[in-house]
This record gives sequence, structure tokens and C-alpha cells, in this order.
Amino acid sequence: MLSDTIREARRQTEICNACRYCEGYCTVFPSMFSQRAFSDGDITHLANLCHNCRGCYYACQYTEPHEFALNLPAALAEVRQESWKDFAWPRGLASLHDRAGVVLAAVLAVSFAFLFWVVSALRPEDGEGFYAFMSHGLMIAIFTPAFLLPLFAVGISLVRYRRFVGGGRLTIGDIWQACKDAVALRDLKGGHGDGCNFEDGDRFSMARRALHQMTFWGFMMCFGSTSSGTVLHYGFGLEAPYAWYSLPKLLGVPGGIILCIGTGGLAWLKVKADPALGAARVWGGEMAFVLLLFGVSASGLALYAASGTSAVEWLLPVHLGTVLAFFLTTPYSKMVHGFFRMAALVMDAGRKRRARIL
Amino acid sequence: MSLKPRNTSPDVLVVGGGNAALCAAITAAEAGVSVSLLESAPKPYRGGNTRHTRNFRCMHSGPMGMLTGQYGEDEYFDDLIKVTNGKTDERLARICIRASEDAYGWMELRGVRFQPPLSGTLSLSRTNAFFLGGGKALVNAYYRTAEALGVEICYDAEVVHLGRDGSQIKEVEAHVKGEKVIFFPRAVVVASGGYQADIDWLARAWGEAARNFLIRGTPYNRGVVLKDLLDQEIESVGDPTQCHAVAIDGRAPKFDGGIVTRLDCVPFSAVVNKHGDRFYDEGEDIWPKRYAIWGHLVAAQPDQVGYAIIDAKSVELFMPSVFPPTQADTIAGLAEKMKLPAKKVERTIEAFNAACRPGTFCPTELDGLATEDLTPPKSNWARPITEPPFYGYELRPGVTFTYLGLKVDEGARVQSGQGPVENLWASGEIMAGSILGQGYLAGFGMTIGTVFGRLAGKRAASHVK
Repeated sequence: MLSDTIREARRQTEICNACRYCEGYCTVFPSMFSQRAFSDGDITHLANLCHNCRGCYYACQYTEPHEFALNLPAALAEVRQESWKDFAWPRGLASLHDRAGVVLAAVLAVSFAFLFWVVSALRPEDGEGFYAFMSHGLMIAIFTPAFLLPLFAVGISLVRYRRFVGGGRLTIGDIWQACKDAVALRDLKGGHGDGCNFEDGDRFSMARRALHQMTFWGFMMCFGSTSSGTVLHYGFGLEAPYAWYSLPKLLGVPGGIILCIGTGGLAWLKVKADPALGAARVWGGEMAFVLLLFGVSASGLALYAASGTSAVEWLLPVHLGTVLAFFLTTPYSKMVHGFFRMAALVMDAGRKRRARIL
Repeated sequence: MSLKPRNTSPDVLVVGGGNAALCAAITAAEAGVSVSLLESAPKPYRGGNTRHTRNFRCMHSGPMGMLTGQYGEDEYFDDLIKVTNGKTDERLARICIRASEDAYGWMELRGVRFQPPLSGTLSLSRTNAFFLGGGKALVNAYYRTAEALGVEICYDAEVVHLGRDGSQIKEVEAHVKGEKVIFFPRAVVVASGGYQADIDWLARAWGEAARNFLIRGTPYNRGVVLKDLLDQEIESVGDPTQCHAVAIDGRAPKFDGGIVTRLDCVPFSAVVNKHGDRFYDEGEDIWPKRYAIWGHLVAAQPDQVGYAIIDAKSVELFMPSVFPPTQADTIAGLAEKMKLPAKKVERTIEAFNAACRPGTFCPTELDGLATEDLTPPKSNWARPITEPPFYGYELRPGVTFTYLGLKVDEGARVQSGQGPVENLWASGEIMAGSILGQGYLAGFGMTIGTVFGRLAGKRAASHVK
């Protein structure tokens, strides 16, 4: 199944390996140039290491109309997309990756319907704030499995992926190094610190890196908000609604705003960027994913703003519906890129460590 | 973009679209005059041979940016004398060398980014500054800079004639997207390269054998402007018959193969011609120093082709090539696959193997591991070719540039038989023959283009102000 996309990526990689002008842009190239021959696993690893910054494309002397027809960002994006599908678990759901946009929309619709039904049919006798519409126990009963099962599925994918690319021994040092690279989004700096080529041809810009950072940190703050709420609830017997100066609010409100700006900005950049330098056929699915994350943050903020009004009755199932759809589709949406990218960075940290020892 | 150029009477008209042209256009525009640039290639192929470059040679009195140690004027000039055998204009050469130090910062300010030397090029880390992403990244940065300065850029705009009246260029005729347009500039900078992509011209100059040469760079350097000016009694420099050629992979495209077609296997191989005979010492010196002569060596062989043969011991000793080598388990089998006389090649390799002597092989330095009683000898890295599988690479001459150019003075102004042409300057390959009369020094073409491009742009702007 992988052979055609991998064969094309290998053809391009072999040309790159004879040229090497792009060595300074990102981690993909030193990793590539440490080898002379490329197995399917090697190509898959390089594909997941690639951040699609496109610096190499615009610097390339062999892009079309040259007969070598290089478009490495697109070739690697195709392999990356195929690899997520190939290692998806359960296997029966792998093809969801091909229709991520439709799948997201459908799961979202079902989630809405389900939660509106929950809010109307299973409304608790009493409760404060949004617990007046859905009990805490019910929320936990729905969202704990909806959160953990997809994570379990992603975990299995990653184990299969590492086996395929030959991940080797997992060390704390490599994981630490990969975390540092990921948190800094080092590979979107373009090697010179001017950023990447995305929204305006060969112009370098930090916009994508900044917006992705906002998306990542906004997401982590929202996640921290929910987690801290859980700790307050079970650890200290403090129940929602929380005051504005409580941890869930201090993390959640700015986190939601930052996530909104980040995802909205990424969607805007994606409209301006050339789809031919990515996996063009899944453009819609990628866009749907960004917009879903935007929906999660925007509806969360709206729910907070509507506290104490009657709008909570419908905003609560809307917000929880987006969250539920986001969780459930995680193993089959663009969300997996984060997990696979981390795995690739960990593996590359291992390569660098071994190179230093040599 | 509109079809017709907005301004057909710019203060300065730059002919060409590579490094030298862009440096001239940017410098002139920064001086506050109106500038138009005519690039004969369509936009995807803009930048001439600069697209294929990766560094420039830079003088520096101490560590500077990515450059290590120091590289002084005299050492730089000595290196130039060695490769050119003294065929250089010392005044122009020293102007170029001295100005290269300042160029580094100038380039950075206009968007060029440097990186540490690429893997496999550590020998150049002291003398040459590498462009991050290579020459096309540099070209992209310069076009952005030029556009921001208001330079009008026309692609698909081939200049066919410069109308000279005495000591003045009065008009410039171009074909812009196929339509004839006459420009009336006040000053002109020509930076349109050599003639190596005009195969007929190459064949007239070099001989019919040149039809079998591959052109490593752009198909747009056809020397149209060069010929037009030489036909108007503009003074020339450089040997009109000579080109710089290296031995590259024989399967490379006719044009524009660039860096990936280079082959670094020769020092570890035995090279035979189409009759299966060896013809030159493959281990004469370390490869970068001998890289350049092999173009002419192969060009002198029947059908302008050579075949480098190595065995399994050597296949990982050099940079990977873009095309996989021909492979076989026997020498005869390899020869057959490469359409060479199998018996003859076998005998040649047997004789070569028999002449090899035991000793210590060291691929990174002159190891003195030489053949004995063999003609021609192999002076270093001579190991018997015995370990299958055997690999073969076809070698052909790949032309990098031509030496014929326009004579310029110390301000890059073009000279006619009756004195200087008052409003015509030249930069880059079209005048490089003044400085590089023979041979080549890695990264020096970009230095000449940058230094004389800036000089030409500056002088042209002052002329019209």
C-alpha cells in the first residue's frame, strides 16, 4: 500500500542526498545525509520528521519544470499521511484518515445530537452552573472513556510505527531532547531563525511558528484547566463553578483565547499557502481539524461568557460536543501528527546522540 | 503581472537575472535611480547559473560569520595565480579580492543567509562562505530585495541587440514574452553570462566534439548579448575557444543537471575509454584539485566519454551520486552492461591490478599507494579492483562556463576599440575572463559577480544622477 508514495519520496531523497544544499534548513537533511540508502522505514521516519516548512522547496534548483521535478515537502507529506493510516489502530478504522473532513463533521453532528439528548433527557435534579444541566458524574462517565480509549489507540499506533522505522532503545535523554525541540518548534525556524516559507511563496516568516505555538500552548492551558478542575473536585472537594482567580479559570480563559487566535490564524495561513506543497488530497481534513479546535476554544469561551444565562442550556452541549468529537477522532485526524512528530524527534535525538559518541 | 514593461526608459537597465545582475540592480536602486531588470528565462528558471552555486570565496582578516581562521589578500591572490597559471589581470583581481570581505555583510543585509560548510566540503570552511539553501535561495532573497526597492523585473525578456552610437548605448532591443520591445535607458549593465548553452557556437569554437558535451547550468546562457557586443567591436578578453568543463555523470540531462551530476569516484577507480584503455593517472592529486582537468581529459577521448570502474571496497568512499552506478559481479559482465569491449576491459583491469603494490590506503590524503611499471601510472590510492560487485560510472564533459568575455576597466566599464563605452558596464561571467583566464577557483565566480555587480550598479547610478 505504501510502495508508490514511498518510491517517489525515495527517488527525491536520493537526488537531495547528492545535492545537500538544504543541509542547514531543518533536522530532515542531516538525518537524511547520514545515510546512503533508504529503506521504507527510513523514508517514513524522514516524512514524520518533516514539519512542512517548505524552505527546501523554494531553495530547490530541481523543482518543476526541471525534469527532476522535486517537491520534497509534498512527497514527504504524502508518505506521512499514508504512515498514519497504515499504523492506525484498530485497522478497520484506518481508512477514516482518507476522509478526515467528512469523518470530523459526522462525528461532530453525532456528538451534538447525543449531548443535546443527554442535556434534555438526563437533566439532574439539582446542581450549580452547568452542573444544573448535566451532572458531574455523567460527564466523567462520558468523557473518561472518550479521552482514554483514543489515547490507547494512538499508543498502539506509535508502538507499531517505532517497530517499522527501527526506533531502537528509548532513553530519557532522547525524550528530553525531543521535548526541547518540539516545545521550541526548532524546525520551523528555518535554520537561520527567519522562519519558514508558507503563506507567501519564498518569503520567510515566523507567522506559522508563532500561531502553532499559540495553538499548542493554548491547548495545553485548556487541558491544564480541565485537569486542575478534576484535581480540585476530587482532591479538595471544591466543585465548579470556580471563581475567576481559580486555577481552572486562570488557565482556561487565556488558554481559550490563545487557542482561538492560534487555530484561527493557522486556518487563515492555510488558505493562503500553496496546497501543492503538502498532501493536497487531505487539505480539507486538515482544515476541518483546525476549525474543530477553533470550535472547541470558541465555544468554551462562549460558555464561560454565558455563565448564569439561559444560553448555557444549549452552549454546554455545543461545547461538549466539539470536545467529544475532538477526542474521539484523535487517532484518525491531523491530531496524530503531534504524536508521530514526537516519536520521530525522539528517534532523531538518538541518531544525534550516537553520532556524538562516534 | 502585465505583459508590457511599465517603464521602457529606466535610468539603468540591467540585462541578466543572476547574481551579478541582481547585485547591480539592487545597488543602483539603492542609489535612488529607476532600474529595470530583463531576465531572459521564465520565472521558475530565473537566476542563471547562480541557481546552481552554493558559496562565494571571501577574504577575511579573522574569523567572520561562518568563516574560520583568516584568508588574506596575498594568499587569495596566490590561489588565483595557481589555478590560472598567471592568466589574470592583477589589478582587477585584487579589486575583486579586497572587496569580497565587505560583500559578506552586504549580502546578509539583503537577505542572504550563510550556513556552516556542507558535509563533504570542510576543506572550504576557511575560504568559502556557504549560502543557506544554496544559490537559488540567494536568488530568491535578491529578487525580494530588488522588488521592494522598486526595480521593475521582466521575465521571459531576452535582449537581442544593444544599439550603439559612438561611445553611447542609445537603445536596447528585447523580446519580452515574444514581443519586440525597445528600451531607451540612460545607462546599461550587461550581466547575461557566457555562451555555453549555444551548442553551435561551442562546436564552432571548440570543435565538433563539443556537441557531445553536457551543459551543467542554465540553457538560457546563449551568449546573445556577448556576441552582439563583440560584433560591434567591443574589446574581448579570454580564450574564445575555451570552456571550463569537469567530468560528470554521463547520464545527466543535456542542460541544468547542476551539482547532483558530479562524480567524485575517479581517484578510487580505473578510468577507461570506449576502447577499454586507460588514458590518464586517476590518482594524480586530491580530487578537488584534479576535478577540473578531467572534463578536458574525457573530451579528448573518442566519443567524449570515459568509464570509471570501482569495486565494492570503494563504493562508499565518495559522495553518493544521483544516478545509481551500473553493477555486475564480474568485470566482463560490467563491461558488457556498459557496452564496452569485455575482453579488453578485463585485460586492462588485470594489468592494473597486477601493477598495484601493498601499502597503506588512505582516502583523505595523498597516500603514495602507486602502481609500478604501468602506463599511465596511478600515483595514489591504487588498490586492485577485485572485490565484487563491481560498479561503473559513465563520465562525460560537463561545461560550467566559457572564458570569452568583455574587456572592462577598473570600474567595470566596457571598452571598445575607440575607448570606453560611456554608459555601458559589465559584471559576472560576461567579464570574468579578465580575471579567470584559465582554470577555476571554487566560489570565485560568485565573488566576481557580487563585487563587479555592485561596482557596475554604483557607477551606472552615478552616471545618470
